[in-house]
Amino acid sequence: MGSLFTVTNTRFLEVTVERDEGKSQAFRVPAYENQTVLDVVSWIQQNADPTLSYRFACRVGMCGSCAMMVNGVPRWTCRTHISKVLEGEAVTIGPLLNLPVVKDLVVDMDPFFDKWVAAEGVHHGGLTRDDPIAAVDEESAARVEANAGIECINCSVCYAACDTVAGNPDYLGPAALQRAWTLLNDAKDEGRIAILDAVSGSGGCHNCHSMGSCTTYCPNELDPMSAIAGLKRETAKSFFRRGR
Amino acid sequence: MSMARGITSRAHPLWLAYILHRISGLALALFLPLHFWVLALALTDPARLDGFLTLTDNGVVKLAEFGLVFLLAVHMFGGLRVMAMEWLPWSAPQKTLAAAAAALSFLIATLFFLQAI
Repeated sequence: MGSLFTVTNTRFLEVTVERDEGKSQAFRVPAYENQTVLDVVSWIQQNADPTLSYRFACRVGMCGSCAMMVNGVPRWTCRTHISKVLEGEAVTIGPLLNLPVVKDLVVDMDPFFDKWVAAEGVHHGGLTRDDPIAAVDEESAARVEANAGIECINCSVCYAACDTVAGNPDYLGPAALQRAWTLLNDAKDEGRIAILDAVSGSGGCHNCHSMGSCTTYCPNELDPMSAIAGLKRETAKSFFRRGR
Repeated sequence: MSMARGITSRAHPLWLAYILHRISGLALALFLPLHFWVLALALTDPARLDGFLTLTDNGVVKLAEFGLVFLLAVHMFGGLRVMAMEWLPWSAPQKTLAAAAAALSFLIATLFFLQAI
């Protein structure tokens, strides 16, 4: 048995990293019992090629910064065990789809967050600090709907998984629309009309074809597709009531 | 990204239900003009229509009819699924609905096929 610093590996992983301008690069990475996809990428950067760029922060599935395409599927790499995705001993890792690549595995998240704001995914407060704190009924149907979406970590996995985003660059996407649905159901948010206007435009909720890849791949098991269906109902009701 | 990789991320019931609905709709749209043209023969050229209808005894045509009924059924149930999913605030697993729609379509088409042969 080797000491702590001389671990001898009998298994190696064949890792293909999709780098700039569609160029792929192969690496042999020692396999360990406990190893996430992020660990594999980190090993490459620390031991094989220090120029490899990637992004991570918390390593525990909270910050939403380490999402990548793993064998063609968008995943949070820090919480994805390598054994779950290996095909034989091989795995292919690439940058998230539907976002501009900055370098290697790093994508520009600006369009994703810009759409978050464009969908009115911001707090629309109606009270001041001098008002008493409004009571929230945790049991109400609206609060249950709102609670369903609040664990979003903005990792953009749903955005990368969505074929509607790929086909229409103006489409707000699952995460931003789910945020809009959460705020629409939040008793403390008073932006109802602004939200409905924002999500019923040309890039809004009615673009969604209910392909369900967002819900299938959300690492926190949220359901953006159903949230978008909720927005479709509310915008339609609003149209028939207000004519807009 | 290879073709296989492109398919991997889409190999789940809801996406397959989506593409089945879309392709069946396109196929039916292509079929309808032909269908109306054949129906129009009843008015313009009945003898030619009778000649055409004898083709339906052919096994290949029966198989094509099976396909047609399957397309109609899958498109109808797929449409009902989408409307239910988007207009009724169900939180039930949509995968089950998608699978049930496809299974029921297949059942109806198969029954039709068995009756035809």
